[in-house]
Amino acid sequence: MPRALVTHAHGDHLTWGCDAYLVTDDGLGITRERLGQYASRVSSMAYGATRDINGVRVSFHPAGHILGSAQIRLEHRGEVWVVSGDYKIDPDPTCAPWEPVRCHTFITESTFGLPIYRWPSQARVFADINAWWQGNADDGRASIIYGYALGKAQRLIAGLDPAIGPILTHGAVERMTERYRESGIALPPTTYALRESKTPEWARAIIVAPPSADGSTWARRFGPYAAAFASGWMRVRGARRRRGVDRGFTLSDHVDWPQLLTAIEATGASSVWVTHGFTGPVVRWLTERGLDARVIATRYEGERDDSAVDDTAVDETPADAAPVSAAPVSDVPATNADAAVAGA
Amino acid sequence: MNRFAALYDTIDATTATGAKVEALVAYFRDAPPADAAWAIAFLTGRRPKRLVRAPDLRTWAAEVNGIPDWLFEECYAQAGDLAETISLLLPEREQDDDAPFAWWVEERLLPLARMAPDVQRESLVDAWTRLTGTSRFLFNKLLTGSFRVGVSDGLVVRALAETSGLPAETIAHRLMGQWEPSADWFTGLVGTDTMDADWSRPYPFYLAYPLEQPPDSLGDLAEWQAEWKWDGIRAQLVRRRGRTFLWSRGEELLAGRFPEIETAAEWLPDGTVLDGELLAWRDGAPLPFSELQRRIGRKTVGKKLLADVPCHLLVYDCLEADGEDLRERPMTERRARAEAIVARMPAGAPFSTSPLLDVASWEDVTRAREGARDAVAEGLMLKRRGSPYGVGRRTGDWWKWKVKPLSVDAVLVYAQSGSGRRAGLYTDYTFAVWDDDKLVPFAKAYSGLTDAEIRKVDAFVRRNTLEKFGPVRTVKPELVFELAFEGIQESTRHKSGIAVRFPRIARMRPDKPASEADSLATVRAMLNAARHGVGANVDGD
Repeated sequence: MPRALVTHAHGDHLTWGCDAYLVTDDGLGITRERLGQYASRVSSMAYGATRDINGVRVSFHPAGHILGSAQIRLEHRGEVWVVSGDYKIDPDPTCAPWEPVRCHTFITESTFGLPIYRWPSQARVFADINAWWQGNADDGRASIIYGYALGKAQRLIAGLDPAIGPILTHGAVERMTERYRESGIALPPTTYALRESKTPEWARAIIVAPPSADGSTWARRFGPYAAAFASGWMRVRGARRRRGVDRGFTLSDHVDWPQLLTAIEATGASSVWVTHGFTGPVVRWLTERGLDARVIATRYEGERDDSAVDDTAVDETPADAAPVSAAPVSDVPATNADAAVAGA
Repeated sequence: MNRFAALYDTIDATTATGAKVEALVAYFRDAPPADAAWAIAFLTGRRPKRLVRAPDLRTWAAEVNGIPDWLFEECYAQAGDLAETISLLLPEREQDDDAPFAWWVEERLLPLARMAPDVQRESLVDAWTRLTGTSRFLFNKLLTGSFRVGVSDGLVVRALAETSGLPAETIAHRLMGQWEPSADWFTGLVGTDTMDADWSRPYPFYLAYPLEQPPDSLGDLAEWQAEWKWDGIRAQLVRRRGRTFLWSRGEELLAGRFPEIETAAEWLPDGTVLDGELLAWRDGAPLPFSELQRRIGRKTVGKKLLADVPCHLLVYDCLEADGEDLRERPMTERRARAEAIVARMPAGAPFSTSPLLDVASWEDVTRAREGARDAVAEGLMLKRRGSPYGVGRRTGDWWKWKVKPLSVDAVLVYAQSGSGRRAGLYTDYTFAVWDDDKLVPFAKAYSGLTDAEIRKVDAFVRRNTLEKFGPVRTVKPELVFELAFEGIQESTRHKSGIAVRFPRIARMRPDKPASEADSLATVRAMLNAARHGVGANVDGD
């Protein structure tokens, strides 16, 4: 692709080999980190700023998914389209909050587009996580919590209570956490586990790691530990059991069912295109409510609990190593809306 | 109910048996006795039958949540569990209801069975709005008769022994048979001064371990007895105080189901307990399990069925004679007692002792096992001659050594998503074999793959779907699996004309293209072999 507008830097939304990338200012650091050798092709603009590309007015608006994540607004002769990328409405101290953008056509994700996905209050989830950590620390056992290295990990770190013990990180997490700090996101102090030698304090530590580290020799270096997984999929018991971890915490960076419906309504869109997830049920629900809704097929059936979107399993990987995923940008590959759909 | 929910969460979150026992002991000590009684009942699998019709539940849950039926079904397919789907759809509450577990069971759950549907609905909706989180989930699990949790009866017994200070054997025996959960019952269960009064109870069944190593690893054959492992219903026949109680291994009282056995049992002296296998029987030999199946599940047995499928008890063991508990005596002695008791039965009584096999070497034993199918048996039982009759499944003294399963290479043609920990994954498969150039579905299998293999097949199904019928996907016939099964018979209900028993996936065969899967003719040859008692594995491998 000659030019890619990128909603955010996750592997299923960002690919190698495009000639030029445009991202938000907030997302510049992490996108460059992810693209490695292509980093120099990335340029950025601020949320709300506009740019004219081939007669289409383009602007980025906060999506609340991870740092720098954007909804992309496209305006051509008064017709407005918005591509949501991944987004959530729940508050998150590590990124700008989602804002509704009025449009005629809204292209939305549907990762958790079923009414069984309903998030518990974030305050309660973090209270549960800290209580779990405290309990393990009292028993002299380390705690390992798994979440995607980019976004979920930093949101977790921001919600941890450093009074309980040290916060250690996996290399993939630490690299991204550094980029967050450079962007001015306040996070409690973390220690890159591989760089330091083990101390007795580690028995009280929580370790933040990507899901692919689960069950690896890397995890065993911490001695006896309890493991937990933080993801929206943990809402369903079957998925929790399949993960085989001691605990599952329902913490997602996507909209749940009520948020999805709220968001769609807030855009005022009469036409809604649904992708990435439970597209069928969401389209049918919207159609039964009189909206013009349709499915956009992509090569992704939606993010699944056991396919780690974003992991670098090996901690020893140097910072500039190739990202694992080399998939094309699926939701906004080019400069006009038709091409965006053709990417499917 | 929230205390029971917390117990459930603790047990559910760990695989360590020590931690589970610890949680159970804490619960039995702290919970009100009536709550503890119900907890024991449910933990040991005495769940109530389904109290509300499933279609009603689905309809009401959809209505309460303001969603159409189709969306409820989508949710159900993803969560893979009806009770959980209903729990997840309703908003969480800040505070859980704190009424005792026994109140919820006795006042809210069990009365549903006697209510008219509209009253049921009202009662359920009220319960759903008062409960939240795990409590609501468990209420629904009990309601749908699908409550399960990761503790064995043995762990419950261990925890109760620890709670009460009584020997585990005493607790296990008190838990046998029929009892009504109540505060008094629980107090008696853990009481040190309780009389073991219920004389209808069977002894806890002693179970064998599967033999995985070569049989000669068991040492000197002289220490062992070999007999057929029969494919029927394991049962204990209790004759005390002039009455007969026939119990299945699942501790179900089989009263009235096997009248010919119960009638003949009147000849037994008081204070007799026999362990044996119920089998369908004709002309001095067992009939296949499928025949016995016609008798299972019938509460009343009519004259015709009684004549068509006569039943017989093959006695393995004698646990009590003349009112004396013989379980600590050696196997040989108990066996001799059993033979003597059976020998005193009148001629024609549907009783005999399960014959011991005449074997002089481990080679003989191995050969005998290969002939098990001819004897309509599942394999061999090897019991140490000096062994006592233990409790539960213990390794060392009793081994079961099943025949090698039959196997067929078949092609995956349909897939459906699973439930429980397989929810949302395509894990339930239908397999087909070739009939000329057409694939004919012939078996369904759910188990046998590793999690990694399941993910691989799931991805294949998603990429290679040809058609969707509700939850079922037709997939490109490409993947070949080796299916193992225990038995094979003709069936008019299956398109292939064949039904197999206990089918499961033995392994994936990525090395085989679909065109090299087995044919219906090969499977039919197995059927003929099974019918005529010829060798075991046609496939040869």
